[in-house]
Amino acid sequence: MPRLSIEKRVEDVPRWMPAATSIFAVVAAFIIVGIILKLMGGEPFTVARFFWDATFGSWATFSDTLVKATPLTLVGLACTVAFTMRLWNIGAEGQFYMGAFFASLVILIPIIPPESPRVIVILAMIVMGLIGGAVWGFVPGVLKARFNVNEIITTLMLNYIAILWNNFWIFNTWSDAGFQMTPTFAKSAWLPRLSDLARQYPFFSGMTLHGGFVIALIASVIVWWVLKYSKWGYEIKLIGDNKEAARYAGINIMRNIILVFMFSGALAGLAGMIEISGVVHRLQERISPGYGFTGIIIAWLAKLNPFAVVLVSILFGALIVAGREIQPSGLASLIQGIVLFMVIGSEFFLRYQVKFTREEKPSIEEVKTA
Amino acid sequence: MNFEIILHSGLATGTVLLFATIGEIFAERSGILNLGVEGMMLLGAMAGFATSLAVGNPWIGLAAAMIAGGILSLAHGFVTINLQADQVVSGLALTFLGTGLALVLGEGLTGKNPPLIPSFDIPGLVSIPFIGPVFFQDHSLLVYIGLIFTPLAWYYIYKTRPGMHLRAVGEKPEAADTLGVSVYGLRYFYVFVGGCLAGLAGAAISLSISPGWYSSQTTSGQGWIAIGLVIFAQWNPLTAALGAYGFGALRRGILDLQGPPTLLGFTNPLYINSNYGFFLQMTPYILTIIAVIIGSRAATRQRLGAPAALGEPYIRGERGL
Repeated sequence: MPRLSIEKRVEDVPRWMPAATSIFAVVAAFIIVGIILKLMGGEPFTVARFFWDATFGSWATFSDTLVKATPLTLVGLACTVAFTMRLWNIGAEGQFYMGAFFASLVILIPIIPPESPRVIVILAMIVMGLIGGAVWGFVPGVLKARFNVNEIITTLMLNYIAILWNNFWIFNTWSDAGFQMTPTFAKSAWLPRLSDLARQYPFFSGMTLHGGFVIALIASVIVWWVLKYSKWGYEIKLIGDNKEAARYAGINIMRNIILVFMFSGALAGLAGMIEISGVVHRLQERISPGYGFTGIIIAWLAKLNPFAVVLVSILFGALIVAGREIQPSGLASLIQGIVLFMVIGSEFFLRYQVKFTREEKPSIEEVKTA
Repeated sequence: MNFEIILHSGLATGTVLLFATIGEIFAERSGILNLGVEGMMLLGAMAGFATSLAVGNPWIGLAAAMIAGGILSLAHGFVTINLQADQVVSGLALTFLGTGLALVLGEGLTGKNPPLIPSFDIPGLVSIPFIGPVFFQDHSLLVYIGLIFTPLAWYYIYKTRPGMHLRAVGEKPEAADTLGVSVYGLRYFYVFVGGCLAGLAGAAISLSISPGWYSSQTTSGQGWIAIGLVIFAQWNPLTAALGAYGFGALRRGILDLQGPPTLLGFTNPLYINSNYGFFLQMTPYILTIIAVIIGSRAATRQRLGAPAALGEPYIRGERGL
């Protein structure tokens, strides 16, 4: 009679397993959602076909998908950095808004005359976006480091504060003729788009993919390098793995909490800047449909691997693009929830292994106690 | 500016937060942090609304909402208790799952008019000056239930034997286990209770306090505020009621502040430019942060009785004393 037993893993997890669990999670989530659709009287295969056509079906739609993947990659990286140190930054949403706000100041105050060359304006906006996000990451970082304040609550509350702050300025000071948005920025503040090349290469006409995607790719390389090769990255990982060991090793934990929060916030702020400069071209309400929260799932599904973050972001970008058109509207959120549950559930099998044993032998402990 | 109206409204909208907050207090007292309140509330709001519409009975709607919230919370229970997954991530997943389910299943409910939970005066008590119009006039039945439920929840947690077991499981699960208290069983039970109360909170919105189904705007982030209120309330139902009602009154007060041209003899900046209201709207969130800062000092935390094993999975035989 084979017996099923669950034991804690002693040896290392096989290298392929973490990736396999993530892929399993995504596939299983799609199957479950398909079943739910079927039960509700829908046509899962028609929806799947539509999903494919709307996201990867042609170069033009794939370009839309990558546009959505761009901010997701950056907030995914923001969460990756924080989670590696086991800091629960749930505030990427607020840091995104603050990055967008600070970057917009370059144009709105204006910090730089709008007729300056595009390179300078964009660079100034990037720097301001990074600063805005970092400032909004600094607050929960200091509170956590100095007063041991639960960062989940503070980052969450700061999300609301950032959105209200943003609203004040677009409703009050820089409102465009009473609308809840600022006037459109001058072209010098726009990130270059593929469609700008349409005159020479008609193939690119109508493609909205912008330079922000390249910035996101560069950011993922930087985050990967920092976490894998730099001394700081080593400290971050050590603190994340074992805080006490890190403390004994003489690593300044307080300082790292603040720095990592600022780094994480800066990445999310950069996402906000890119959304302003690459997509909407002005500061307005609801620039993020919850990117900051989706970033959490992306980081987790990517197993905190910066390159996997890019791939997962493209998948989730597709979900957002398709989610705008697919009915019912909550489908994208539902898939995200199921994916995340599948991932964290399957992680059990990374820590434990299920064994089938043929005969029942007493374990060593049992012999000892006997 | 009429304080009676502001407090009356605060009591009504605060009741929603109250149920969700006390539900989360039960779950956290048992050692399980459940960040999925928003998702459970939205699912409850949808389930209550849809059921009341289909059956024609708001009470069955309330029951359906509680069951929906409870069942959803079991997913969190299974993943965190049995699979020992991280409670933060699982709670977030629950938010997405609940929101997604509610939006998918709630398709087409907007604009419908199901039977609602009735509102009424409490005869006799309503004629007490000031207190009557605030507490006992034209409130939803759920508001009265909330007023009775709060002290009962407090009594249960601090003064009864099952309440002591609840606290033990969240404080020192090893010790509770040694005494024959089922740690897994109780944690499951209180996560479920938390889910039921979150579902009730959701249905309190859609079937009573501000009736209707407005997709994700129905709960509009109140689940997250409830989680902040738990810390503000220091895991105590009585303080939770204070916080929840206060929060409700504050929201109403901010709206009313825009009315009068002058306040205490000064020109009212909100009357001239209502956009300054955005800053006032920040105050609840800022207050929550301040409350969490005060509640976070380790010494204070211990004195106030934050569950020591909050967020820690319990693995039998692995954790020493």
